[in-house]
Amino acid sequence: MISRLIVSIARSLLLARLRQTMVAAVGVTFSIMMFVTLLGFMNGLNDMLDGLILNRTAHIRLFNDIKPKEKQAIEKAKDYKNRSHFIHSVKSSGSRREIYNVGAITKAISRDPRVLGYAPKINAPVFFNDGNIEITGVINGIDVEAEARLFFFKDYVTKGNPMDVKTVANSIILGKALADKLLVDIGDRVYVNNSQGERFSLKVVGFFESGLMELDKVNSYASLATTQKIVGKSNNYITDLQIKLKDLNLAPAMAKDYSKLFECDSEDIQTANAQFETGSNVRSIISYAVGITLLIVAGFGIYNILNMMIFEKMESIAILKATGFSGKDVRKVFMVIAVSIGLIGGLAGEVMGFLLSNLIDNIPFNTPALPTIKTFPVNYSPKYYIISFVFALLTTYFAGYFPARKASRVDPVVIIRGK
Amino acid sequence: MQSIILQAKAIHKQFHDPVTVDVLKNITFSINAGEFVSVIGKSGCGKSTLLYILSTMDTDYSGELLIDSQPMRNKTEAELAHVRNAKIGFVFQFHYLLYEFSALKNVMLPGLKLGQYSEKEVEHRAIERMKKLGIDKLAFKQANQLSGGEKQRVAIARAMINDPAIIMGDEPTGNLDKRNSEMVFDIFKQLTTEFKQTMLVVTHDVEFAQKSKRIIEMEDGRIIRQ
Ligand SMILES: Nc1ncnc2c1ncn2[C@@H]1O[C@H](COP(=O)(O)OP(=O)(O)OP(=O)(O)O)[C@@H](O)[C@H]1O
Ligand SMILES: [Mg+2]
Repeated sequence: MISRLIVSIARSLLLARLRQTMVAAVGVTFSIMMFVTLLGFMNGLNDMLDGLILNRTAHIRLFNDIKPKEKQAIEKAKDYKNRSHFIHSVKSSGSRREIYNVGAITKAISRDPRVLGYAPKINAPVFFNDGNIEITGVINGIDVEAEARLFFFKDYVTKGNPMDVKTVANSIILGKALADKLLVDIGDRVYVNNSQGERFSLKVVGFFESGLMELDKVNSYASLATTQKIVGKSNNYITDLQIKLKDLNLAPAMAKDYSKLFECDSEDIQTANAQFETGSNVRSIISYAVGITLLIVAGFGIYNILNMMIFEKMESIAILKATGFSGKDVRKVFMVIAVSIGLIGGLAGEVMGFLLSNLIDNIPFNTPALPTIKTFPVNYSPKYYIISFVFALLTTYFAGYFPARKASRVDPVVIIRGK
Repeated sequence: MQSIILQAKAIHKQFHDPVTVDVLKNITFSINAGEFVSVIGKSGCGKSTLLYILSTMDTDYSGELLIDSQPMRNKTEAELAHVRNAKIGFVFQFHYLLYEFSALKNVMLPGLKLGQYSEKEVEHRAIERMKKLGIDKLAFKQANQLSGGEKQRVAIARAMINDPAIIMGDEPTGNLDKRNSEMVFDIFKQLTTEFKQTMLVVTHDVEFAQKSKRIIEMEDGRIIRQ
């Protein structure tokens, strides 16, 4: 155990070298501050970017892909088994884009306890008429309520009321960039041609800004019924089922199961956004690496200062030993010194880190791409504070360990004789 | 019948740097409780070396050492530290105080380490001893603000704090002027006569030695007279 006596000796040695110990503690404070701020800021950005894509992406998407038959006719012929096949004549044709049996599938999905909810969607490629030219675009037929509940649709409708798309007949919400291209405002009408060349007139009731310009240039939203009318299909025509799960990590396995069970294609969020996850991870790793490097540098500072202190205090150590303090006592004294530098510097660093994060959090950050963000995003997760504090204690412990061991091995005879 | 406080049996010590030399050869003697013993001898004859062995700080020797009838062989470093703490008071030629502390705290430290008394009692005992040495007024002064003679008296008070079985000194007056030397000697004398304190003091000062009860004379690592 560390007695009060050890602590009081450590404190006296610390106070006698106040300036050096302050420098060491400030090193720890600085690195902890940077660690906490960096991770908070980086993860704030990550959360924001995740929100940009992941919030609006289904965890599992069920659809029916247009693709050639997996088994070409020739492969079925017994005579040509185990031969190389050059003939791939059977092209994809006659296949439909809609999901078969939507009613049964949705019933089954809504009974699955792992599912948070689902939103049906129709993906309809169309042409927008702009005078003489036609602009290719997509109308997403959506169930506004489900879309709003699961995928935060309302956050991205920057002008107009998203519910209008359901209540106003033949209405549409246009991507802001698309609307700018078509020179239309709310209340105006746009003209749309379907792939069969039929022409429809739709009323613009809102603008949509996703934060991704490329998406806003081609996308628009209409109700399911309106879209079904445009593509000329019946009212059970659905091309996509977007499923949101309670636990995102189950998506890959469940996607496979659903694909088999419902005989359709599926895609999970991890596969669809693999590159996105990688980006987040890289940002996290970089900030951890920088933070830990800072801490290790601070650790070397402590190591140096303790070494110097021990060098200066050789005589004191010899006296302590001559008057009955053991090597272990001496080691404890220096460990207490090291760890208190870590403790005090670390605590100050946490506070400073919080203040700096707060400062960043209040810097205005307005971008048309991100309508819901007003200031720089910061993540205040206690995780970063705890990790950094534990690291501060660990680094100072190891930084103190070797100098303290050296001190405990000082031979008083050598010192006393040397005088 | 007097009890034996310290007993050295055939102590032999070699230095191997740069060539092997026998610094102490067959040192055998004992000190009874209450004795005041001086050790004299030419410079380099091994007095300090002997004292470091007797005070358990140096363990690299052959032969046997008993303090308070306990053999010092095979004791761990921590156990030896405890022996130094409880049974031995050491006064060096240079005062060796801890400058980070007040005079009083310097005196108290070995007492606090021993932990036999509460902090309050240790403080009381320290003040008592400092009073006896006439330095109680300096108790709250920082150790580095004291004069040489004052420092040495603080060191003596520190050596006395745990009522040690024996106080050892390595030329405790070597660094002091005549007046201060005499004062330190008087203190030592008083300790033996009044408190029956056992003392073992290495000295160059023949006059000092003459005044003590018993003289051990060394030459070339041997005891030639005791
Ligand atoms: N670490 C060492 N390595 C080698 N030889 C040493 C070492 N320490 C001391 N000696 C030698 O041992 C001998 C005895 O030294 P010691 O210090 O005991 O003498 P001393 O009697 O105390 O002398 P003085 O009266 O000058 O203090 C000396 O010849 C010295 O040179
Ligand atoms: Mg000597």
